[in-house]
Amino acid sequence: MNILVCLSQVPDTTTKIAFSADNKSLNKTGVQYIINPYDELALTKALELNEATGGGTVTVIHVGGADAEPVLRKALAIGADQAVRIEAEPLDSRQVAAELAAYIQGQSYDLVLTGRESIDYNCGLVGGMLSQYLDWPLVNVATSIDPAGQAGVLAVSRDMDGGREKVEVSLPAVITCQKELTEPRIPNMRGIMAARSKPLQVVSPQGIGPDLSLLSHALPPARQACRYFEADQMDALVEALRQQAKVL
Amino acid sequence: MRTDTYQHPDHYLVDELLTDEHRLIRDSVRQYVKKELSPIIEDYAQRAEFPKHIIPQLGAIGAFGPSLPAEYGCGGMDQISYGIIMQELERCDSGIRSTASVQGSLVMYPIYKYGSEEQRRKYLPKLATGEWMGCFGLTEPDHGSNPGGMTTNFVDKGDHYLLNGAKMWISNAPFADIAVVWAKDEAGKIRGIIVERGMEGFTTPETHNKWSLRASATGELVFSNVRVPKENLLPNISGLKGPLGCLDSARYGIAWGALGAAMDCYDSAKQYALQRIQFDKPIASFQLIQKKLAEMLTEITKGQLLCWRLGVLKNEDRATTAQISMAKRNSVEIALNIAREARQIHGGMGITGEYPIMRHMMNLESVVTYEGTHDIHLLITGMDLTGISAFR
Repeated sequence: MNILVCLSQVPDTTTKIAFSADNKSLNKTGVQYIINPYDELALTKALELNEATGGGTVTVIHVGGADAEPVLRKALAIGADQAVRIEAEPLDSRQVAAELAAYIQGQSYDLVLTGRESIDYNCGLVGGMLSQYLDWPLVNVATSIDPAGQAGVLAVSRDMDGGREKVEVSLPAVITCQKELTEPRIPNMRGIMAARSKPLQVVSPQGIGPDLSLLSHALPPARQACRYFEADQMDALVEALRQQAKVL
Repeated sequence: MRTDTYQHPDHYLVDELLTDEHRLIRDSVRQYVKKELSPIIEDYAQRAEFPKHIIPQLGAIGAFGPSLPAEYGCGGMDQISYGIIMQELERCDSGIRSTASVQGSLVMYPIYKYGSEEQRRKYLPKLATGEWMGCFGLTEPDHGSNPGGMTTNFVDKGDHYLLNGAKMWISNAPFADIAVVWAKDEAGKIRGIIVERGMEGFTTPETHNKWSLRASATGELVFSNVRVPKENLLPNISGLKGPLGCLDSARYGIAWGALGAAMDCYDSAKQYALQRIQFDKPIASFQLIQKKLAEMLTEITKGQLLCWRLGVLKNEDRATTAQISMAKRNSVEIALNIAREARQIHGGMGITGEYPIMRHMMNLESVVTYEGTHDIHLLITGMDLTGISAFR
């Protein structure tokens, strides 16, 4: 299969988040970026699917600036064959999905994989919007993806409320990826060296604008210190839960 | 053992001196270490057992001979990459780094540098994956700092060499498939020869009861009339410069590696000092703790810059033996001092295996002695600046 994996970069999970003075953008000083973990699972699954069937290519694509090239290079080191970067500042989910769709329509992919969401803005919309733009079926929040035994069809398990369902989907399709799908791979030195000579193509955007305009960011309220109650202070605990925490 | 939450200190933004690829290498090896090594290392060290199952993992990630050419199955990376890999491995444990640096710098490097094309093709690809492991025989029971006095020797028997002698303090010896052995020929010239496990008369008894490098296997190499095929002689080197060239490469890795152990001790001490409450406040509030941490970070920062610069010189093939000696000596010395100070910051907890400090400290007692003792490295610097050898 020719598989396209949509990658976004997100701040490392240990980052201490701070915003610019006007609260309109992330303060990027000292921030380490990583491949969005759900997207990394998508990449790994793409490689596994092609290794199992012994053919096809894996392309990774990103909408964003040149500062994302280290994570694209990492994806190539992990095993993707080529990378594409659409030179546009990603501002909202629809803009990203529309730019991706415009690129994909000129290519011949059998499958598009994305993470279920990015772990920075957590919108979880690009996969669904992309399937609409392409008019391809969507399977959301997949926990397993396997060949269905019939060409052009995949068997996918997905999370649903309180359980799992198993579906079959005809290709081409968009599938968004959830934890448990697979284990991410750690790049090795041979992969890192091979990545040097793999193509990283920069594509001009369609110039699609965002629907949303950002007003401001705010940090969650600082976490309160833990209060301890002795075992014989049940009344005080219930009172505190009622009056202060207001959860009872 | 608790979860490995290590983050390296970078007070002078030394990361900006690295390339994206260097950082990717660093992050990849660290990710591997946190996933596969940190959870098990304390247990293996306590039991004084080498975790053999990690050999193929180290091979797969590319920790064996990463800076040798790709055509022999190696990484084709630069010297800074090699240093970074050693740093991340030793950040976990000096014994793990020793296993990798012996394989890469003391076994694969001489085969690549001094070996024939047939030898390169026969050994390097299997050593790179870890399918074969190697060790390096230079030190003898009576010849440590003075390797030129070695008595291990071989004689030409027409269709083979007959090797006799013994080597000791050999990392990887108990399980090595091959040994790169330095021995004198009949003319008294030091030559390198590849001895393979299974050759009659070749044994590798293990050294037990070490209080250091407990997660790494150490042993002796004993040669009793070992018949070595003539094609196993390294053809392109003769004299002490052969083994010393290997040691330059390995010591360079130790300079980076020992700094990794220091950084782990510092990181652990800093985290502990911020969490440990005494007199109703974190012990990091106290001036004496801050003094220790600040001095640790100062030494680490100086060490990072020294290693980085040495790496640049090594990439340009301009690093001298004396420069490498200075960096090896400095990194190990500061690492030992930092381990001891970090141990004090951890209080009684620093004694236990819950924290890596005491393991690093004990490991570093080997590192300060092997591959040129602390004092010999000082004298190499002294010789470099005066032109006078104080040990010959």
